[in-house]
Order: sequence, then C-alpha cells, then structure tokens
Amino acid sequence: MSFRSLTYVVASLLLLSACSSTPSDQGAGAGSGGAAGAAGAGQIVAGSDRDFIVNVGDRVYFDLDKFNIRNDQRAQLEKQAAWLKRYPAVQVTVEGHADERGTREYNLALGEKRANSAKDFLVANGIPANRVKVISYGKERPVALGHDEASWAQNRRAVTVITSGAAGS
Amino acid sequence: MKRQRQIFIRSIFASLAIVLVSIAGLSVAHAEIRVDITKGNAQPMPIAITDFLGQGQDEGLGRNISRVISADLERSGLFKPIDPKAFISVEKSMEAVPQFNNWRVLKAQALVQGSVTAEGGDRLRVQFRLWDVFGEQQMVGQVYTTVRSNWRRISHIIADAIYKRMTGEDGYFDTRIVYIAESGPETRKAKRLSIMDQDGENQHFLTDGKDLVLTPRFSPSRQEITYMSYYGNLPRVYIYNIETGRQEVLGDFPGMTFAPRFSPDGNKVIMSMARDGNTEIYTMDLRTRAVTRLTNHPSIDTSPYYSPDGKQIVFNSDRSGTQQLYVMDAAGEVSGAPAKRISFGSGNGRYATPVWSPRGDLIAFTKIGGGQPFSIGVMNVDGKGERILADGYLVESPTWAPNGRVIMFFREKTTGKTSKSTRLYTIDLTGQNEREILTPSDASDPAWSPLIP
Repeated sequence: MSFRSLTYVVASLLLLSACSSTPSDQGAGAGSGGAAGAAGAGQIVAGSDRDFIVNVGDRVYFDLDKFNIRNDQRAQLEKQAAWLKRYPAVQVTVEGHADERGTREYNLALGEKRANSAKDFLVANGIPANRVKVISYGKERPVALGHDEASWAQNRRAVTVITSGAAGS
Repeated sequence: MKRQRQIFIRSIFASLAIVLVSIAGLSVAHAEIRVDITKGNAQPMPIAITDFLGQGQDEGLGRNISRVISADLERSGLFKPIDPKAFISVEKSMEAVPQFNNWRVLKAQALVQGSVTAEGGDRLRVQFRLWDVFGEQQMVGQVYTTVRSNWRRISHIIADAIYKRMTGEDGYFDTRIVYIAESGPETRKAKRLSIMDQDGENQHFLTDGKDLVLTPRFSPSRQEITYMSYYGNLPRVYIYNIETGRQEVLGDFPGMTFAPRFSPDGNKVIMSMARDGNTEIYTMDLRTRAVTRLTNHPSIDTSPYYSPDGKQIVFNSDRSGTQQLYVMDAAGEVSGAPAKRISFGSGNGRYATPVWSPRGDLIAFTKIGGGQPFSIGVMNVDGKGERILADGYLVESPTWAPNGRVIMFFREKTTGKTSKSTRLYTIDLTGQNEREILTPSDASDPAWSPLIP
C-alpha cells in the first residue's frame, strides 16, 4: 500500500513536469528522466502495474467544475488505450475525483462524470466497455493537500487503476 | 463480539417508558414572564437552577441533572444560568413556596428546583418546579419515573419543558445527532458513522471505519438512519437499524446511489443515482420497494429534500451552468411540470445542499462564492429574503433542529498549509449564538434527529 501511494506521487510529479515541457512524450521522459524513474527503471516488468503507472501514466486532469477531457489530456488517454490494447487481459477501474471546493454530494456526481468521460474516451479508442469500470470518490481522496490552485488542479482527476490481469512486478 | 455491541447500543436507545405526571402549583397566578426567541441572544434571561435534591448517593446525581439542564439552556443563548456560588440560600424541600426575595436580589427571573428519589429496583423518580421569581408563581411542575440509566434523557426532557414554558415553542434538547467521525491522513481519511446526544454526550460509533461512509440522515418515524457506504467498493445507499445494528443496502441499482433522505412520513427514501455520467433523482418506497425516477436532465441533479408536508422537493442542479436550487412537485418533473429555479442570490453564488425547515417556511443551504468562499444561509421557499448565518473557508451540510430555530453544520478550518480541522457548529436562525459541538475527533455531515418520541 505504501509502495503504491509512493509510486503515485512520483508518477504525478513526472507528469506535471512533462506537461510543461514535452507533453507528447511523457513515457520516454519518465523512463530516462528524474532520479526516481531511473532508480526503478531496471525492475519494471512490461505489462505490469508499474509499467502502466510509470511508463504510460495513470491519470488525467480536469478544469474546475468541468468533466470534458481537455485537449492537453487526450494524448495521455490515447497512450492508456494503446497500452490496454497491448494487454487485453487487463481490467481497470477509472476513479473520478474532485477538489475540495464543491459540496460533498455534488462532487460525487462530478467525479462520476469525470470517470465516465475518461471511460468513454478509452472505449472510443477501442477498449471494450466491459473492461472498464468506474467509481467516484468525489472530494474524499485528495492527493495534494494544499489549499491552493496547484493542489486543486492535481485533485481534479480521473485515475485509471488496474484491478486484474496485469503482469507480476 | 459484534452481537454484544449491538445489544449494548440497543439498551441505550431503548424506548423509555417515562411516566409523566404534572404537579400542582403552590401559589396563585399573576402576569407571566416570557422569553422572546425571535431576537436571538440580545438579552439572555437570568435563571437560577438549583441542584436537584437527593439523598446519599443520589446527591451527586441531583447535581449532575442540574448541570445538564443548565448547559442545555445556556447553549440555547436564550438563558443565562446564574453561578450557583452566588446563591444566598437554597430551599431544602420542594414542598414549600421558595423565599423569592433571595432569588430576586440575584436578578433571577426564573427559578428551577428539583429532586431525585430512588424507587424500587433501579427506578428513579425525578421532579421539578419552574418558578416565576417576580410573579411569585409556579409556571410548570412535573414528575417523571424511569430507569436510572435514563438520567441524562430526563434532564434534557426537563430542559425542553422549561424552554417550552418560557418561549412558547417546542424545545430540541431531547434529540440526537448522527454524524461522520473522521480520523487518519487527509489522503485516506477513515470515516465512521457516529451518534451522540445533541450536547455531544453519549458518543457511539455505529460502523468500524473499514468502509468509507457519508451523509447520514435520521428517519422521522423509526429508529433508522439512511447513509451512503462504499462497502465492497460499490458506493450505495444503506439503511442502518439503530435497535438491531443491522445494515441493509437499499435496492439493487445499476449505478452509484447517494445523497439519501427520508420522506417526512418515513415511508420513502429520496436519493440520487449516477450512471453513465448522468445523475438523476429517484425515490424508493420502503414498503413496496417500487422505484420512481423524478428528474430527467443531462445535468447533475442531487441533494434532494422534501418539504415537511411531503408535497414538494427542493434539490440542486447545474442545468443552468452552475449549481442552483430548484423546486418541483413531489411527483417529479418526468411526469409533471419542470422544476423551477429559486436561487438567484447575490454575487453569482452557487447554491447546494438545500434543507427545508421543519416549519416549512425556509430553506437552508450551502452557498459557494458570492462574497465568502462558503457560507450557510436561509431563504424563503420562493428564493427571496436570503440571509447568510455563518461562513468560513468551507462550511457545508446544514441540518435543522426539530423546532426550526437552530441550524447545525460543519466547518473546515485550515490549520496549516496542508492540514485542516473539521468540526460541528450550531447557529441560531437569528445568525447569533454560534457554538461548537465538542466531538472526540474531527466530525462532518451532521444530521439532527426529530424529537425522540
């Protein structure tokens, strides 16, 4: 559990820096880039949980009170779809999240819309709908704890989580 | 283990069989004192509450009963209990007219006397008299018999009787709060369904914190709570039976169900279901299990709440582009007229979590933006007459005391760059007398019970 949450933090940091410089090639950046990526790179098994999180990227971000897939997030989901096609045994759940500034119930609904937007994108890119479940956590599971736009932007997200079928890592 | 806990909780909430008898006054009536509750706590009424008289071990119990009554009345903001250290002389019996001079010099407007007597078995006999000090007359006097373990409830019932006699309105002290107790790191908070008396005493956890639980509400007619749980990673609406500890998923819905509340007659649960990226409002009849869809709109329709007569429903929807409040007939807008927007308040605020007052004349809400980051307020049922009562970095989830005079809500305060505390507060409808309800841990999503029958 602690291993996984640590991985998430590393992955999201890499994604953010990738976004500002080379949005089209986050996988390569993650593999050869920062110290954390380099340290773990040798052990990542193709088709594993970590392969997906580190080399593909497991999440996309949303604008405030919006659930449409932003243009700058489409490449991320296309990469997810390509990876999922390569590993057809993998089942996933897309978790939808909101930042802390909405009411609890509204945010549950908003998280569900975001998760479904990501799911619909994956399905439109060739992933069978029965491989993708959705769940909303509303504002219950933030990853960034600051009370500022930088944190909120990280919390407005849909995270694709592998539930079965991945290679052992 | 589990069974034991359930029995324990049942014994706490077992219905009381309190026997109540009025006791005759000892003097003749004059003009009456009265507390005006529409003016907030501008001038709380001084009241003297003496320790209830008791023999032997019951001396301490008598003192505790007085303290509970005193704390209830003080927290209401309408009364100012006089420090007992200032009392000149306290009557040793309830069977004589008090020495009113001794109370008048303390400026006490009213005097409460009482006694507690052990009866057979573990039964108690508790009596009290409320005196008008300047009018020199008894305003109310009552005797209760019940089991010893009910002493707190008897104290709240007496505080309610005093409140009602002095204000002309029902009290709200013999009530409970169900809420979510929070613990653990912000990124993965453990949340437990919890229950307590309205004064923060008698704390009990109803769930163990393994599953995320949210947004509990009391049944108006049964010892039941409806809430949302992530049990088995399937977010669904549940019903918790307080007497048996049994938890039951409500219905077999193909998507997430959430935001549940009971109808005023207790026979239905109204809630939202989200599926395929669309959230609509549904009801389930608890007797027939029939499900009815009430809204049909691609926007988010959630946080529904019935008017107390059961004829209308207020909810929040972002169909206009932002979250606003809408009212529709209880039959819903699928078969009836489209819902009407009522919130057009100041400063382009967004509105959420509407809660219809028990009197039917006001709707309490959470407002986002429009001046403050978050605020709690009330508006008339047509959306006019908005008044903001409380605000903060984040305030949310108003719930009404059963007499419609007090609102409880939760407030998150930032306590550092990446930390916050979450606590429960009450505020009068006048916007005055904000009080924190002390809880053992962080707390959110409060819901006030009806007066306990």
